[in-house]
Formats: sequence, C-alpha cells, structure tokens
Amino acid sequence: MPGWLIDFLWVVVKVTLVIAFVGVNFIFMVWLERKLSAKMQARIGPNRVGPHGSLQLIADALKLFSKEDIKPAMADPKVWALAPVVMFAPALLVFYVLPVGPNAVIGTDLNVGLLYLAAVSSFTLVGIFMAGWGSNSKYSLLGAMRAGAALMAYEIPLVLSILTVAMLAGTLSVQGIVQAQVDRGYYFVFPGIVAFIIYFICVMAELGRGPFDLVEAEHELVMGYQTEYSGMRWGIMLMAEYTNQFTAAAIAAMLFLGGWDGPFLPGWLWLVIKAYALVMVMMWVRWTLPRVRIDQLLDLSWKFLLPVSLLNLVVVAIFLV
Amino acid sequence: MADQIERSIGAGVQVIEDAETMEEALRRAHLEEQAGERRRMLVNFGPQHPSTHGVLRVLLTLEGETVIDAQPDIGYLHRNWEKIVEGWTYAMVVPFSDRNDYLAAICNEQAVVGAVERLMGIEVPERGQFLRVLVFELQRLTSHLIWFGTFAMDMGATTAFLHAFRERERCYSLFEEITGARLLYNYLRIGGLRNDVPDSWLKKLEQFLDDFEKEAYPSYWDLVINNEIFRVRTKGIGVITPEQAIAYGASGPVLRGSGIRWDLRKVDPFLPYDQFEFDIPVGTNGDAYDRAIVRMKEMMESVKIIRQVMKRLPDGPVMAKLPRALRPPKGQVYNRVESPRGEVGVYLISDGGTGPYRIKWRSPCFTHLMLLPVMARGHLVADLVTCIGSIDIVLGEVDR
Repeated sequence: MPGWLIDFLWVVVKVTLVIAFVGVNFIFMVWLERKLSAKMQARIGPNRVGPHGSLQLIADALKLFSKEDIKPAMADPKVWALAPVVMFAPALLVFYVLPVGPNAVIGTDLNVGLLYLAAVSSFTLVGIFMAGWGSNSKYSLLGAMRAGAALMAYEIPLVLSILTVAMLAGTLSVQGIVQAQVDRGYYFVFPGIVAFIIYFICVMAELGRGPFDLVEAEHELVMGYQTEYSGMRWGIMLMAEYTNQFTAAAIAAMLFLGGWDGPFLPGWLWLVIKAYALVMVMMWVRWTLPRVRIDQLLDLSWKFLLPVSLLNLVVVAIFLV
Repeated sequence: MADQIERSIGAGVQVIEDAETMEEALRRAHLEEQAGERRRMLVNFGPQHPSTHGVLRVLLTLEGETVIDAQPDIGYLHRNWEKIVEGWTYAMVVPFSDRNDYLAAICNEQAVVGAVERLMGIEVPERGQFLRVLVFELQRLTSHLIWFGTFAMDMGATTAFLHAFRERERCYSLFEEITGARLLYNYLRIGGLRNDVPDSWLKKLEQFLDDFEKEAYPSYWDLVINNEIFRVRTKGIGVITPEQAIAYGASGPVLRGSGIRWDLRKVDPFLPYDQFEFDIPVGTNGDAYDRAIVRMKEMMESVKIIRQVMKRLPDGPVMAKLPRALRPPKGQVYNRVESPRGEVGVYLISDGGTGPYRIKWRSPCFTHLMLLPVMARGHLVADLVTCIGSIDIVLGEVDR
C-alpha cells in the first residue's frame, strides 16, 4: 500500500473514532445529566428505555428524526440551515489537539495548541449568531445578541487564565503542558487555582450553562437562538452543546489537572474521568443556582473577572521570574 | 391608619396615566417599529410562552432588552363565569367557583358560601368554622408553595420548583383524603362542610407540619431566598409604592410587600380568625424581593394558625341544620376573604330565588396584573418575568 493511502486510512479511522466517541459521549452525558438532576430534584429520572433509562436518548433521537422539518417562512434558508453544522464543527475540531497519552495526540501536537483551542472554541458563536439571525425571529435574535455579548466579555479573562498556564509550563503546546505537569510532579491547579476558577466560570458562561444560561433562557426568551429549530436540526444543536461542554471540561482537565496522567488506567480513560468530574460540577451548579441577568453577567466579567485575571497573570509572572 | 390610607389614595390617584386601548397600543408600537427611528422592537410575549403562568399575552415594546412598555392582553381563559352562574342554584355555584382561582379553591368556596350565609343569616357550627380555618390556611400553604416553585423557576432555579412541589404533593394528598379531590375540592357547603375529618387525618397533618417546619421550609431559604443571585435579581425590581398599590386596588401580599399592614383576616375577620394569634409580615420597599419575603413568612404563619386550630378544635357537628331549598331573602351582600393572592370578593344580588340574580367576582389577580406596566417599565426582559412571577397571578381568575 502506498504511504499516502495508509495515512489517509489512518485519518479515516481517527475521525470515525472521534465521531463515535462524540456520539457515545453525547448519549452518556445527557443520561448523566438527567439522572443527576433527577437525584437533586427528588425525582427518579428516565427508567423505561434500557437499563436505568440509559437508552432514553436513542428513543428521543428516533423521535427527533421522525419529526417534520419545519422551516420558518421568513427565515433566511441558507444561513438558517447551515447554523447547526457551523455550531457542531468547532466542537469536533477541538479534538484535533487533545493528547490522550504520553506520546499520543488525536491529531497533531500543534506548537500553538492553546491558541488553536481558544480560537476554535469561540467559533461556536458564529453558528449561534447564524441561528439567531437566520431564524428571523425576535426571541432568537435577542438570544444571539446575548451570546455575542457574553462571549466578548468572557473570552478575555478566559484567555488570560489560559496564559497563566502557558507561563507556568513555558509552552503553548497542549501535550507539552501535560508533560510539564507530569515531569514536575504537581498539577497546575495548585499554583494556578485562581486561573482555574476563572477558567471554569468563563467556560460555563461561554457555554451558556448553569447560572449563565441566558442565551437560551427558557423563561425569558423561550429557547433563545434555538426557538425556531425543531427535529434533528435542534438535535444537532443540542449535540454541539453537550460536546462543547465535554471538550471544555477536557481542556480544563489537561491544563490544570494533568490530563492523561494517572496510575493503572490508560491515559485516555484518565482524561475522560477527569473531564467528567468537572462536567458533573457544572451540572451540579446548573441545577442549583438561579439564573443571572444579562447586565449582571457582563458586570461580573468586566468589573471582576477581568481585573482579577490580569492581576493573577502579573502575580504568577513575578513568581516565575 | 384609616386616614393614612385615605391620604395615600388621594396622592395615588395622580399616578394613573392616560389609559390606551390595546388596539391603539398595538398600532402605535407597530408604527414606531416600522419607522425604526427609536430602534424599538415589538415583541409578542405569550400567550404560549413558558413563563406567563398560563395564557397571558404581554405586548412588549423593547429598546434593546429594556422594556419601554408592557401591555397585558387578557381574556384567553374567559369562561363567562359570572353569566353562567346566573340561574344556577347556589349549591351549583360553589364547585364552579373552584375553577376561578384553581390554586386556592377553598378560598373561592369560602367567598361564595360566606356570601350566601351572610345573606341568610346562617350560623356555622363552631367545629365547622374551625375546620374551615384549617383547610383555608392549608390551602394558603399549598398556594404559596406553588408560587415559590414557579417564582424560583422564573429565576432559572428549576430544582427549587420540584422541591416545592414535593411538599405541595403531600398537602394535596391530605386534601384528597378528606375531600376526595386534589385540586378542586367542593368541600365547603352553605352552612358548614361536606364532612368531618377523622382524627387519624389530623395526626397525618401534624406529621406533615413537623416535617415542613423542620426540613423543607429552611431548605427553601437556603436554596433560593438567601441565594445571592436571587437577591440581586429581585431587589429593587418591580417596585410598587404604597400609593400606587392603594390607587390600583392591590391587596394581599402585593399590598403588604409595599409596607401596608392590611390583611382581611385581621381587619375584617370572615372566619374566627380573631381567636388565633398570628403576625402579618410586611415589606418595606415594595419590590419583588419584599413580596417574596412576605409570602415566605406567611407560609409559617399559616402553619402557626393550623397548629392552633388543631389544638383547640371543638367537638360537635360541622354542618348547620338547613332547609332543603335555600332561598335567601331579596337583597345584596358583598363578602370578601383574604385568599393567598389578596382580596377575593363576591358581590351577590339575590331576588329571593334559589340561585343568584347576579354575581360579581372581585379578582385580586386582575387588579395586580394592571400593575404590570408600572412595575416593568425601564427594566430588562428578565425582570419582566420576575415582575409577573412576583405578583403571583392565576389566569383562570384574571379572565374568569
């Protein structure tokens, strides 16, 4: 077999694996969220389809597939139809630089991996805005505007907190950061606890999770930018949302909690375990707290997180020098 | 007190602005949107919206996310209640009155039943009266629990909603045991109650009150009311000044949230409320937070009253001896009760027949809904939802 064919097949295998993982992860996360929220709310949760309701989402997906594909009459057809895809693509792209073992990265170990992550993960906004604008609905537009404002506000403290990690590790490569934590014997969450907390808050705000779910605030904007979507188009949006949540938790696990590092179990499993621990914290917060208002959301970032993250960056820099 | 209120009314009348019909408001808002000069947006909030507590439609004029104007549009649940009951017998009116404020059915029943009793001069036996107070306060508790749950949900705290419904479920099971129904009871009869309650039921009630007081109630404060996000979301939002509250005819927790100590259980006791000790919680600022605190504290006051009733419950019949056909004398009567939402009043005109000649239903929810534009103006969309939740409306009663 020629070399290029082997490379090509290898890529196909990897992409298939990633997509399969995303699918399974989606099913598991939705099930986990349903069960966890049920536990918190004194309910039982899904328990009919499959053992402990684990196949509930498959039944839901079948339902979504069988629904009529309703397109709003006044929507911009191309923008509207493309939006779920544009939202889903960045969620997949993040996997490209994820290290899953000592010498194993899913795609390539980019030497600017951190920049790539920051750039790709904020690209979801384009999809959200396309959905909000293309739907030609006022609720959708308000939701998209909120998403834009929130992302603008939270991207800066987020990048600043990531920069702290880059300074600690002395590299921008994701694999390099994990390796640095392994080599030194401590995880960056200890020197970078402030950065970790800021990163966590920012990620929840950008994902529209927890107390920051203003983008699709059901009780204000019906469903925000998703209002006009139904059937599997909405399903893809939901999938993008959950995948983004997982990747954000995985990034946090790599930057602050040592990524694949851990005894006995294979590296990729450690990464998944750590990511899920963070995901569960997100779910815990989400199902406990009331929602903040848009002006309070922006205040929190501009007036508190941004100065604190800048200060944190300076303090860490002084300690390193 | 009386002249203080009178002065407030005098001051408050000026607050009412020139009313505009719905068509005019729509046309104006649409023209403004078309012109695009002031960048205003007309948003149809409801009737199928997750947080309008039923089928309320609010015509929102927005500038960005700021509410410039909010015009409630009602009538989607109109059932012609007042006309339908004309020509019915009084016994038939009672179960239909349940459907008005379906979250506080006992209170509606007391309003109707009390009006007829007042007109005919029927004396309800003491045990019947005490049990009426008991179910009345239990009903207030369930109603406030629903308000708590839905209000928390309006804030985005879905978990508190289900925690509130857990306790409400136990209340409804208690109601089911004595009345046979969970929501619309038809339990109060003209002259008393449909049936007595067994002692075992009282024990169950006692158990529920203990659990509620020890576990559920403090957890509501921890989970929602004392939460920092909840505080910043409700403090200073939807302020109703005492003058406005009186001028618009507010009552119940909305009036008390604005700092006016006015509770029909105290000022015009319609059941033997004067025999029990309880406080009337009042707010100071008249914002959504104060109204929430008032309702939260009222829950505990209800528990207090129920405990006193159980301790002093006399023996005897629960139903007065009445003739087969009730024919009140010619005349008219206004009977009002303090429902969880405020003053529910029944204005009854009798022509001497077996049914009402005319009934006018005084709905607190309708009155409070008129305060919505006053509260929401200048706030954000999210606060509009807070405002709707904080006045605790039941659309079934607004539209009747």
